[in-house]
Amino acid sequence: MDLTLKVWRQKDKNSPGQMVTYPIKGISPDMSFLEMLDVLNEDILLRGEDPIAFDHDCREGICGMCSLFINGRPHGPERGTTTCQLHMRHFKDGETITIEPWRAAAFPVHKDLVVDRSAFDRIQQAGGYVSVNTGGVPDANAIPISKSIADKAFDAATCIQCGACVAACKNASAMLFVSAKVSQLSLLPQGQAERKTRVENMVAQMDIEGFGACTNTGACAAECPVGISLENINMLRREFIAAKATSENL
Amino acid sequence: MILDSKIPEGPLAEKWDKHKFDVKLVNPANKRKYDIIVVGTGLAGASAAATFGELGYNVKAFCFQDSPRRAHSIAAQGGINAAKNYQNDGDSVFRLFYDTIKGGDYRAREANVYRLAQVSVNIIDQCVAQGVPFARDYGGLLANRSFGGAQVSRTFYARGQTGQQLLLGAYSALNRQIAYGKVKMYPRTEMLDLVMVDGKARGIVVRNLITGKIESHSAHAVVLATGGYGNVFFLSTNAMGSNATAAWRAYKKGALFANPCYTQIHPTCIPVSGGYQSKLTLMSESLRNDGRVWVPKTKEIAERLRKGEITVNDIAEADRDYYLERKYPAFGNLVPRDVASRNAKLVCDEGRGVGSSGLAVYLDFADAIKRDGQAAIAAKYGNLFEMYAKITDENPYERPMRIYPAVHYTMGGLWVDYNLMTSIPGLYAAGEANFSDHGANRLGASALMQGLADGYFVLPYTIGDYLAKMPYDKVPVDHPAFLEAEKNVVDINNKLLSINGNRTVDEFHKALGAIMWEYCGMARNAEGLQFAKQEIRKLRDEFWRDVKVVGVNEELNITLEKANRVADFLELGELMVEDALHRNESCGGHFREEYQTPENEALRDDENFAYVAAWEFTGVGNDPVLHKEDLKFENVKLTQRSYK
Ligand SMILES: Cc1cc2nc3c(=O)[nH]c(=O)nc-3n(C[C@H](O)[C@H](O)[C@H](O)COP(=O)(O)OP(=O)(O)OC[C@H]3O[C@@H](n4cnc5c(N)ncnc54)[C@H](O)[C@@H]3O)c2cc1C
Ligand code: SF4
Ligand code: FES
Repeated sequence: MDLTLKVWRQKDKNSPGQMVTYPIKGISPDMSFLEMLDVLNEDILLRGEDPIAFDHDCREGICGMCSLFINGRPHGPERGTTTCQLHMRHFKDGETITIEPWRAAAFPVHKDLVVDRSAFDRIQQAGGYVSVNTGGVPDANAIPISKSIADKAFDAATCIQCGACVAACKNASAMLFVSAKVSQLSLLPQGQAERKTRVENMVAQMDIEGFGACTNTGACAAECPVGISLENINMLRREFIAAKATSENL
Repeated sequence: MILDSKIPEGPLAEKWDKHKFDVKLVNPANKRKYDIIVVGTGLAGASAAATFGELGYNVKAFCFQDSPRRAHSIAAQGGINAAKNYQNDGDSVFRLFYDTIKGGDYRAREANVYRLAQVSVNIIDQCVAQGVPFARDYGGLLANRSFGGAQVSRTFYARGQTGQQLLLGAYSALNRQIAYGKVKMYPRTEMLDLVMVDGKARGIVVRNLITGKIESHSAHAVVLATGGYGNVFFLSTNAMGSNATAAWRAYKKGALFANPCYTQIHPTCIPVSGGYQSKLTLMSESLRNDGRVWVPKTKEIAERLRKGEITVNDIAEADRDYYLERKYPAFGNLVPRDVASRNAKLVCDEGRGVGSSGLAVYLDFADAIKRDGQAAIAAKYGNLFEMYAKITDENPYERPMRIYPAVHYTMGGLWVDYNLMTSIPGLYAAGEANFSDHGANRLGASALMQGLADGYFVLPYTIGDYLAKMPYDKVPVDHPAFLEAEKNVVDINNKLLSINGNRTVDEFHKALGAIMWEYCGMARNAEGLQFAKQEIRKLRDEFWRDVKVVGVNEELNITLEKANRVADFLELGELMVEDALHRNESCGGHFREEYQTPENEALRDDENFAYVAAWEFTGVGNDPVLHKEDLKFENVKLTQRSYK
């Protein structure tokens, strides 16, 4: 396949960026999207120019590191797929493809397509854990959990922290991401002791980081590569109101 | 140099308890006077850093990804072993110990492996307490499945993403310590050198991957939990960034590197499809619980299949060879990885391979789907089937998967003693980065177990024993040793940036990978290894003459990052070949064609090779010096491994 790529190039956080056009030929439909970019980068490099920086690591759809905004959609046109798992067979010969970074005030661009998602880590640090030290815990089977609760908690726990939900949202809200962790731990018996403080602290940190408000458009869940559902946002809202009503945060 | 493994005296089952009692303790109020550096925040590093923080030490943790949650451990699919015996099927600490020693083809230390089996039960308790959502039965208790090399069900799992859920548990514990200020996290930061003062590890030099700034960090002890080196083969199941640089540069500072030739080739990966391929995708071994491995009985049928004259569903039952079930009736499709991989290569070498390249065998779920229904199979393996379909554009519910072995795990690594300390005082290695516990072959679901054992339950005890004897004084980062190491790092970067040759880093990496796969992969022989050694040396010379790295150090520079890593792989590859060449026997993942039984099984030579080969650096291009740690087996009898 022959394609035309329009790629966002930006030297660093403080420089302005711009779209640059690259024609590319002889792409196999069996290549992954990132392998297609690898091929382009080899060309660019051999010309002595600076290759396009993009984040990636596992290339298996699980580490959450890849993050391209392709033809106006986070992780591209395929539903339930990360950029690294997207294959060129989903594009047409001769097509023009635009590639941009995640855009959100809370995700500043480091370079080209690489953005800073450390805000997500700080939200997790605000309360996304059960406070247990290593050792001195009960036998694993001393905490039975019904399969239906366990499955629901699991569904929430599958979030790969990629940020596509933020990139998809016109308000750049991080509600889906935050709700996934809150739901997982609110559902499980292990998470009960800190249930109220956790949701309050995580939401407060989300606001500090400059993510926008949630106006229920559902764009986040539609683009989430692992199918985190909007039910989690509903749960987050209920948890938050309940926690505020009888706040334990002193 | 004398290799002292520091294995405690006493009966096997009492060694660890006794050792824990004997080690020196740092009193709680004094822990805050000690600084520990942890490089790597995968399962081993994150669990260690979090636990050190809980104990009261000051911790600095480093990783090259943008978040600790993205370490390569995240990709582990199948599960984690533990001797819980929840299934009441005869499991015990001793059985897990025995299976691991046998699975490793009697090339691991008994005392380490026994300890691993002992603490395995604590790992599951710890993870559940953190909220890790392991699979459960309808009664609400934990579920298990079986994995290769074991006849009991002891593997705990979380759908097909056990690694992600375990790492998120360790990451959450780490986050809690970051929030308390006990751990300072440095993401997007790569360690490029180890700093030694008075013969002890006292710090590291790192490069900030966003700004390029070269920086030093000082501490009382350094832990390397930087993962394995499978990417020396270019194509592997490892994440793209996985590399050997931290361990390699420690080796060049005097840490011994043990058993580098022991690499694990995983039997069930999606076959290579083209030259552009950047990595290989694993299909979890757990699939072998329900999938049956086969190829056509004859070369002729395989040929017609490859030419597209017939399709897989046209092949009659009688024309299929379920070769693992035929050759190993007791273990069947669940033989250990090395055995399964080698047999796949064997049938493909016979011309019976499938797929367009002929380098694939079938993994067939038709019987399981008939027996349990598609829904049950989807519930167990749904995401793996989806992943397969996404990559290959074929539906594995309708036709068998095509699989082929791929490089997956490295059993070798930095030599460590029972305390997980390397041969450099104050430098520790944990997880896949060290060589301990798996011998010449790792059993499925045992890497996650080992990483978490090292980080949660071993290092937190053993590091105290060392620190208790250390003065509180800190070494300032303007100490000459730090300045010298920084200069070394800057010099390497400048050299790489100045060559401005004609070949890309990836070209060199692929060329190295091709040599390694051909001559130091699934099967090796002396002649090929000799040849490979020369080829690698040539390639390395060309690299330093002709590699093209653009840009400057003071920016996010992806080519410079890769160039540093590939430069180290080009040296490590030679050491792997050297090790494979000297080990005149076959064992586990190391299969020397000259040494095999009439049935093509690995033929060990316990008389002469029951030792750990620990190599000492003597300069690039010079032959390294071999140190041997003899392995003593007092609790298991060495037998020819048999899975019949
Ligand atoms: C696809 C796949 C599936 C697997 N499935 C299973 C399974 O089901 N069960 C099982 O038991 N095992 C499995 N394994 C093996 C297992 O996942 C790994 O062996 C294990 O996770 C390694 O953990 P680790 O903590 O040692 O290292 P890693 O998780 O690899 O972490 C390495 C860390 O070191 C950091 N790092 C590396 N170099 C540097 C540097 N120079 N400077 C700074 N930081 C650095 C990285 O950023 C990262 O944080 C699987 C492996 C693969 C490839
Ligand atoms: S909720 Fe979905 S889109 Fe958002 S970070 Fe998690 S996995 Fe990515
Ligand atoms: S690279 Fe890991 S999810 Fe895409």
